[in-house]
Amino acid sequence: MSKKVGITGNEAIAQAMRIANPDVCGAYPITPATDIMQRFTSFVANCEVKTEMILTESEHSAMSACIGSSVAGGRVATASAAQGIALMWEMLFIASGLRLPIVMGVANRALSAPLNIHGDHSDGMGMRDCGWIHFYSENAQEGFDNMLMAFRIAEHMDIRLPVMVGLDGFITSHSIETMEYVDDETGRAFVGEFKAVNPLLDIKNPKSYGPLILTDMYMEYRKAHDNVMAKVPGVVLEVAAEFEKISGRKYGLFESYRLDDAEIALVVMSSAAGTTKDVIDTYRAKGVKVGLLKPRLYRPFPYEQMGEALKHCKAVAVLDRADCFGGSYGPLFADVSNALYHYAQRPIMINKIYGLGGRDYMPDQAEYTINELIQIAKDGKVKSIKEYIGVRE
Amino acid sequence: MAENVEIRWHGRGGQGTVTAAKVLADACLSGGRDVQAFPEYGPERAGAPLRAYNRISDKELRMHCPVKNPGFVVVVDATLLDAIDVTEGALDNAAFIVNTKKDPKEVRAKLKAKPTQRVVTVDASTIALETIGRAMPNAPMIGTVTRVSGLITLENAVEDVKKSFGKKFSQKIIDGNVEAVKRGYAEVKEG
Repeated sequence: MSKKVGITGNEAIAQAMRIANPDVCGAYPITPATDIMQRFTSFVANCEVKTEMILTESEHSAMSACIGSSVAGGRVATASAAQGIALMWEMLFIASGLRLPIVMGVANRALSAPLNIHGDHSDGMGMRDCGWIHFYSENAQEGFDNMLMAFRIAEHMDIRLPVMVGLDGFITSHSIETMEYVDDETGRAFVGEFKAVNPLLDIKNPKSYGPLILTDMYMEYRKAHDNVMAKVPGVVLEVAAEFEKISGRKYGLFESYRLDDAEIALVVMSSAAGTTKDVIDTYRAKGVKVGLLKPRLYRPFPYEQMGEALKHCKAVAVLDRADCFGGSYGPLFADVSNALYHYAQRPIMINKIYGLGGRDYMPDQAEYTINELIQIAKDGKVKSIKEYIGVRE
Repeated sequence: MAENVEIRWHGRGGQGTVTAAKVLADACLSGGRDVQAFPEYGPERAGAPLRAYNRISDKELRMHCPVKNPGFVVVVDATLLDAIDVTEGALDNAAFIVNTKKDPKEVRAKLKAKPTQRVVTVDASTIALETIGRAMPNAPMIGTVTRVSGLITLENAVEDVKKSFGKKFSQKIIDGNVEAVKRGYAEVKEG
């Protein structure tokens, strides 16, 4: 096992990419993900990987280059964030619709306008319905681990779909934290050789990608995509079990923290989950039965498993680092509500919008939310379902 | 050593404050500790006030937010004492480590430090000018923080500065920085 190092989340993502050794990376820089490709291109320059870099003039072209390279028959990876993902949006659907196992590291960032370069989940939520598989990571360690596992999941013969691995822009992308690599040899053996499926460069067996499919078969094609999505959680768990053998680190579809006997719970993704765990420990020490659920696999959303994990709680707060304007509630709240809707007995739910545009998520925001959950569990009264917290009045 | 040490650095863009926090974190990795080093990202420009943070712990570090109650406050540029309240949120037993020519007693009065809080000064800018040839006070400050915090040994700090700076700089500059760390460690005044 390799020793502990102090590195940034972006470096963790870049190192996982180095181990996976993609054939091609199409990339265009954008804060706070620039650093991922900056580091990765130095691996290319130093011949530590065999990757061909395609430096494009925009993210739309970067994803297009990834798509072209992937249909040609290569392992492909990239990185982006925020406006970059917004600009690639059209191509994101094409990557998933063509069933291309492209892996993308994302340093999640707020969307303009107003211009803001800091961490929130608006970019990831904007690509929520693009048919990709989504992972969110709490820290550099999870960023590295998820990125390594992403290649296995994307390239799995039952899946063949693109995967996004997010961590919080600046908060974890640029912070130095302690983590442990998987050594190169073990990591390479874990990721394995890339196996092309119907590569365009196999010119003896010509194929066509992206044909016109109209009313006759489009719906069947979409249903096939949905069927594949249903297989993803099983493969994610299978790959996680194998990863645990080489790393000692255990991953599920989501993380449950002190949740089994909890009467109240918070659902929160990425870096804010860590801060919340520390606050939960202080409440637990006072005898408050509070727990946490941290989504890891966000798309496909593990509705059934999450419903089972939360249904026993009296009150649940879902914290969203993004808002859906006009959708009334944050995106994660909507998903968790869906997961619990089918139970006759279900928790009372509230939604907090926090940390937009990099606003610090401080322990007092977790305390505020837990105090409200304690009150709701006691008297069942909800003052408002949705509330922005940590806002300057 | 306390099981969780939190440090807040105050500097100005271009003084190597963020690098200092990173080097310290790296040096603290020894002994299996968990570390964090992160700046507060704003408009990054030379001369602008900035903050950086460290957490060093025997336990897994899960907090991902700025340090509110530091045990050590490092002021890399003393002109900041007139601009911001560097004592904000500092623990009752916190130590303030200030780069200044001034007497620590004078600094203590200016900070209105509590009797339970330590005030330590070092003339890091002069040390840097004499050792590195530039007013880059970060290396001597690493030496002073090493001594005051007791987190690592001087040898640890020196080794890590060699490692961190060795990638980018010539031997002459590395030697200057090592000398700067040693003098920052030695030339500490407390009052």
